[in-house]
Amino acid sequence: MGRRMKVGFLAALAVALIVVAAAGASLTGKHATTTLVFGASADPVILDGPLVSDGESLRPISLIFQGLVSLKPGTTTIVPQLATSWTTSKNGLVWTFNLRNGVKFQDGTAFNAKAVCFNFNRWYNFPGPLQTDAVTYYWNTVFGGFAHPAQGSPGPDKSLYRSCKAVGSSQAVITLTRKSGGFLGALALSVFGMASPAALVKYQADAGTVTADGVFQPTGTFGTQHPIGTGPYMFKSWKIGDKLVLVKNPTYWGKPSDPPWSRSAKIDQLIFVPIPDNAARLQALQTGEIQGYDNVAPQDIATVRSNSGLKIVNRPPFNVAYVGINQSQPPFDKLAVRQALAYGLDRASVVNAFYAGRGQTTNQFLPPQLFGYAKSGVPDYPYNPTKAKQLLQSAGLTLPVKIDFWYPTNVSRPYMPDPSRNFQAFQASLENSGFKVVPHSAPWRPDYVATVQSGGAQVFLLGWTGDWGDPSNFLNVHFGSQTQEFGFNNPSLFALLKKADAETDIEKRTALYQQASVAVMKFLPVVPYVHSTPALAFKSNVKGFIASPVGLDPFWLATVS
Amino acid sequence: MLRFIVRRLLLLVPILLGLSILIFLWIRALPGGPAQALLGERATPQAVQQIRHQLGLDKPIYEQYWAYVRTTASGNLGISIASRRPVTTEIRERFPATIELTVAAMIFALSIGLPLGFYAAKRHGSAFDHLSLVGSLIGISIPIFFLAIILKYIFSVRLGWLPSIGRQDVLINADHPTGFYVLDGIVTGNWNAAWDAVKHLILPAIALGSIPLAIIARITRASALDVQNEDYVRTARAKGLSPGIVDRRHVMRNALLPVATIIGLQVGLLLGGAVLTETVFAIPGMGSWIAQAIFNRDYPVIQGGVLFLAIVFVFVNLIVDLSYGLLNPRIRVS
Repeated sequence: MGRRMKVGFLAALAVALIVVAAAGASLTGKHATTTLVFGASADPVILDGPLVSDGESLRPISLIFQGLVSLKPGTTTIVPQLATSWTTSKNGLVWTFNLRNGVKFQDGTAFNAKAVCFNFNRWYNFPGPLQTDAVTYYWNTVFGGFAHPAQGSPGPDKSLYRSCKAVGSSQAVITLTRKSGGFLGALALSVFGMASPAALVKYQADAGTVTADGVFQPTGTFGTQHPIGTGPYMFKSWKIGDKLVLVKNPTYWGKPSDPPWSRSAKIDQLIFVPIPDNAARLQALQTGEIQGYDNVAPQDIATVRSNSGLKIVNRPPFNVAYVGINQSQPPFDKLAVRQALAYGLDRASVVNAFYAGRGQTTNQFLPPQLFGYAKSGVPDYPYNPTKAKQLLQSAGLTLPVKIDFWYPTNVSRPYMPDPSRNFQAFQASLENSGFKVVPHSAPWRPDYVATVQSGGAQVFLLGWTGDWGDPSNFLNVHFGSQTQEFGFNNPSLFALLKKADAETDIEKRTALYQQASVAVMKFLPVVPYVHSTPALAFKSNVKGFIASPVGLDPFWLATVS
Repeated sequence: MLRFIVRRLLLLVPILLGLSILIFLWIRALPGGPAQALLGERATPQAVQQIRHQLGLDKPIYEQYWAYVRTTASGNLGISIASRRPVTTEIRERFPATIELTVAAMIFALSIGLPLGFYAAKRHGSAFDHLSLVGSLIGISIPIFFLAIILKYIFSVRLGWLPSIGRQDVLINADHPTGFYVLDGIVTGNWNAAWDAVKHLILPAIALGSIPLAIIARITRASALDVQNEDYVRTARAKGLSPGIVDRRHVMRNALLPVATIIGLQVGLLLGGAVLTETVFAIPGMGSWIAQAIFNRDYPVIQGGVLFLAIVFVFVNLIVDLSYGLLNPRIRVS
């Protein structure tokens, strides 16, 4: 048996080597030039805008659906899209949108004012199981109320939206319950893209059952097989775990000569492949199995840059990392102590050391991209241990002052790639500045966020990535009302932010938010320290891709040469 | 035989009942819940409370368990909180990927591990024997994810011989009637798709099969060493039977008994535990799905997925037990 076995074994080995060599012959890594394969970190949840809030769902949704307004590529500047112009009533409650003519949905039905009102009323009338933040986060955040609220859901009295009226086929009149300048910017979110009413009905977009676990299961096929909008791309096929395929919309209304946000697509086919692991996405890019992916890990940027066949595309910074302060926990109810903390944090050193050249030390909460960013008058708190100690003593405290400082583990966020290193550096600088830091950590999901947001953390590391191009999404969300996280009650700040949010004139709105930005830095509920620049990676032959600060990436502008 | 099978299947009931209680209580004892997992920084206390109420997580634990048992008993494993798809649909779509990967890994492990172990036993004390021992030790010691990354780097990135992710080239539009991509290609006559699916299995199978290969080689070697010193083997040789016949009829069949047990255990483990391989190679199988569900506190997926794998594990071990009778008539008779 021995010789036979040996021969058999060697033969099997030879066959294996031949198989591998033959396999290699056909792995070219080349794709047709009319296709772009993009590595996503997960499958979309569902292709129905108002029912999602995750980036992987919103990416294809932003290509299939369009809203009344959009953003100039690479910026947060609002531009016309399905609405060509709009006016507001004197009291700021009535918004009249003049709609673009000649636009059809991908199923051939007409886009018109009735379709706009159908969509708005659909969202406003979502049934109970769809009313939680887990499902309709953005409707809840922007409009905050439903026509028929389930228990625990806000009702019409809380809703920003009152009604929609179609005036002819080309004018949609939306009435709000109160003034809101942020309303227009929020409409640029892909979640508020217009869907074909005929398709919503035919494919039963809102049909579903609720299990004994309370989970809503959609039973219609609109969001899984028939998502129909007006966008430059349309749905072709989706096999979960495998690929989502979009193809160029042959009846798209936009022309190649139109402004960039409305142009027709150049690449015929987009394929989104779910690859959860970051290292696997990088390797797939290197082999050519994909031609681009998002959220490049900081440690991989040098690898991409060193490969002449690959390139990095930067996403404009639209986030902020901060050291949060819970003022309900003494001694942080005293401004002098918060100021001492600010002077005791060596922010510039942390940014220089741990952001690989991709972080910008900041002096305020808003990113520079965003209108409302204050160019002057912002108090600065450069690292100054002596000043920090003086402030603590002036507050009547004996040094060192013990503080509980929290940081998350098992996570890398775009604004904070390495939380534990940030913490260690901050701990060292604070202990040099009259503080005694007691460290606390918890896994990001689910404990850390829960601890911070329920007011359990005294001082903590956290951050925020903006959802839409309006300062209210940064300042009002965090400081517009009392929260357990920050533990303060500042009626004048709340009033200023409310006034700023209600202002519809852009110049006045900008001035008010600049004022608010300065006010926040004087009051110091947080000490912001960096706006970081996330990165995408592409094959070098992918041209024309412009990354959006809010993830509204115009794939239709890209080409593959 | 039939009684044996029925008895083993009846054992499923208490096993599943006990497991369901354990899983149900364990995941609810973990801190946090689906709300924080779904919303991250956006999970305000109000949102968390609202979601907990909607999912019935604020009800008494016995009420929650009773609701769970009622729906599970009807064959309904619930809806994934994250994907909003039925757990049974997810299992139906993901399990073939895991089976296919497991089968490929075991083919790799057995086709090398068995002959390696037997030959090492035959050449006991030789350089080959020592090398095989060292090799199996290395095989057991290398972390799977490390091996997977190295294999991908060499064969995909540097040499470009094999694909690094997924189950099939995204540009191939093939039908998948069974969900087993290699079989689907053969059944539909799409040889390009079948071959492409095989290529996608090679590296993951090697990575996943490395530890079973090492274990099978060592157990086979040890078992063959024991058996080949038995009296009946010496008698067979003394009777003048050729070495090949002695090895095949007497040594191998008896040496394979403990190996069969190991194979069964390994298959069971691979079916549920290929998390790292599936993650590194972006294969949408059961392991990575359940691991992500634990991370997300996706209770229906964890409960349904683990129960399903428990059933599979019991069936696999039943098949292993039945295989003893095939290998050894004395066991069959008894």
